[in-house]
Amino acid sequence: MRRVLIGTAALLSAVFIVVPLVYIFVQAFSAGWGAYVANILDPNTLHAIWLTTLVAIIVVPVTIAFGIAASWLLSKFVFPGRGLLTTAIELPFSISPIIAGICYLLLYGRQGLLGGWLSQNDITILFALPGIIMVTMFVTTPFVVREVLPLMQAQGPDQEQAAVTLGAGGWQVFRRVTLPNIRWALLYGAVLCTARAVGEFGGVAIVSGSIRGKTNTLPLHVELLFNDLNVVGAFAASTVLTMIALVVLIVKTVLERRG
Amino acid sequence: MTIEIAQMYKSFGRTEVLRGIDLTVANGELVALLGPSGSGKTTLLKIIAGLDWPDRGGLAFDGQDWLQLSPQDRRIGFVFQNYALFPQMTVRDNIAFGLTVRPRGERPAKAQIASRVNELLGFLQIDALGDRYPAQLSGGQRQRVALGRALAIEPTVLLLDEPFGALDAAVRRDLRRWLRGVHDAMGTTTIFVTHDQEEAFELADRVVVMNHGRIEQIGNAATIHDAPATPFIADFMGATIHLPVAVREGRIGGAGIDAAHLPTADLPNGPAQLFVRPEDLLPIPDPSGPWSVSSVTNTGSQLRLILSDASGTEIPADLRRRSPGAQGLTPGVRVHLRPEAGSVFPAETV
Ligand SMILES: Nc1ncnc2c1ncn2[C@@H]1O[C@H](COP(=O)(O)OP(=O)(O)OP(=O)(O)O)[C@@H](O)[C@H]1O
Ligand SMILES: [Mg+2]
Repeated sequence: MRRVLIGTAALLSAVFIVVPLVYIFVQAFSAGWGAYVANILDPNTLHAIWLTTLVAIIVVPVTIAFGIAASWLLSKFVFPGRGLLTTAIELPFSISPIIAGICYLLLYGRQGLLGGWLSQNDITILFALPGIIMVTMFVTTPFVVREVLPLMQAQGPDQEQAAVTLGAGGWQVFRRVTLPNIRWALLYGAVLCTARAVGEFGGVAIVSGSIRGKTNTLPLHVELLFNDLNVVGAFAASTVLTMIALVVLIVKTVLERRG
Repeated sequence: MTIEIAQMYKSFGRTEVLRGIDLTVANGELVALLGPSGSGKTTLLKIIAGLDWPDRGGLAFDGQDWLQLSPQDRRIGFVFQNYALFPQMTVRDNIAFGLTVRPRGERPAKAQIASRVNELLGFLQIDALGDRYPAQLSGGQRQRVALGRALAIEPTVLLLDEPFGALDAAVRRDLRRWLRGVHDAMGTTTIFVTHDQEEAFELADRVVVMNHGRIEQIGNAATIHDAPATPFIADFMGATIHLPVAVREGRIGGAGIDAAHLPTADLPNGPAQLFVRPEDLLPIPDPSGPWSVSSVTNTGSQLRLILSDASGTEIPADLRRRSPGAQGLTPGVRVHLRPEAGSVFPAETV
């Protein structure tokens, strides 16, 4: 019985995960190394890689800062509306990113609630970097909080209070007592957040407008190439995403061992 | 440092946790806060440390208003019930913490901090543990580190919240003696919280008994034990047997109760309750007594008798197995009661 289960699990993982992953690389290199490199070096692909990286570089630190602040607030202080805030932070998990994208469209679009005011003041959010970043942030907000908050709640405020009685100021308490206690959970959350920020498709597809060489992130670019019937190009771009995913997976495994 | 707490009130939402606390602790005194769970002991300690604030009331140290002072500036050594050591730091770094967070101008030099830590490690008798992490220590050792960390800042006042709560009886006894030694050597004004009466009376100069956010009595073992100020104290100190009696012309009487020899502290005539400890209750064989022995349990040095009356009320009585007359008390024997000591409170106050 056990063997059957293990065998089934192995077979399913092979069919659903390993084979497609290997296939990505097989397809990407099907026209040879030269074609692969040429596809990667295509200016639009390079721009998509750069844009995705930029989004991650901006979004991940903000999400980390937000995650720490929210967890600290929710675990060390009692205030009215605390339960509501806890639920609100988890909201992005239960809402499809597409819905987030549509909300942004309705809010910031030309016909949207804030659209008029925004265009008067020459602020572009939709179909530009700010929109992409905002949707990605919406999608990734819960990742750090989810890892850090339970840990902080379990530890309670005692260590921080002890530090305060010993004369430590707010920043010293945070840097020397709170941060060392949460660093692995924080890193783990950041890794998950990075993976999500890089891979986000649905929400970004709606607010970015997929302008080639301008607002096309890597996942959107893969889809565009695929629709263009440029299979080798699509798979070549996919290998970049796949490698990012593999690196994340490795870092995550290492972190899980440590934690 | 003299601590003066005046008319302090504190509520969490609808629960009134402190209801008018007045307490003065003299310089160098060692005071115990004793009271049942939820009586507000930790809350009072946290307010003194500046980790919480009262709704109203005064807190002064040597005449200076401390409610205006941030917790950082009060320089209080606070030892938490669960120690709250910093798990990512070695014992040495834990103890040094309060010195290393000082602003640059006031911070001692590295070498000075190290020698101060070494001195404390020696004083606390944990020399060998300096490079360990808290997770690698026993409960008693953690307790010492927590105290060392608090002492390192040369606190004006030492506050300990159930310092021995999580330890076993033998370690508790050891640490108790050791803490008294630490206090006598340092002379720091100290307040500690405990559930344990024996601990409170053995260790403290004065014991403050709290109940429900109020101070019920302040005193030493003799006064609190022998002259409880309120029915709560009498009960809390172990006088759990409550006998209905009547006071007439300064004498106590009751059916089957021979208590005329007890002092009544000028109680008015009328119905009253007599609070007695099981060990102070002497059953005297008496064929016409209203109580009968329903069971006898031998616990080695003691005999525990359960006495019952016609209405089915049961009361315990403890006596030394070798005491004269103990042999005659076997199940079925009828007795009357002679309380050797006890406190009487007018019935309406109970
Ligand atoms: N932060 C808080 N929020 C709400 N209620 C609180 C808070 N802290 C304490 N309380 C309540 O205040 C009351 C007194 O608490 P406190 O911790 O001072 O009791 P204690 O005497 O230390 O009890 P114990 O011996 O069990 O530690 C309790 O009823 C408790 O539930
Ligand atoms: Mg407490």
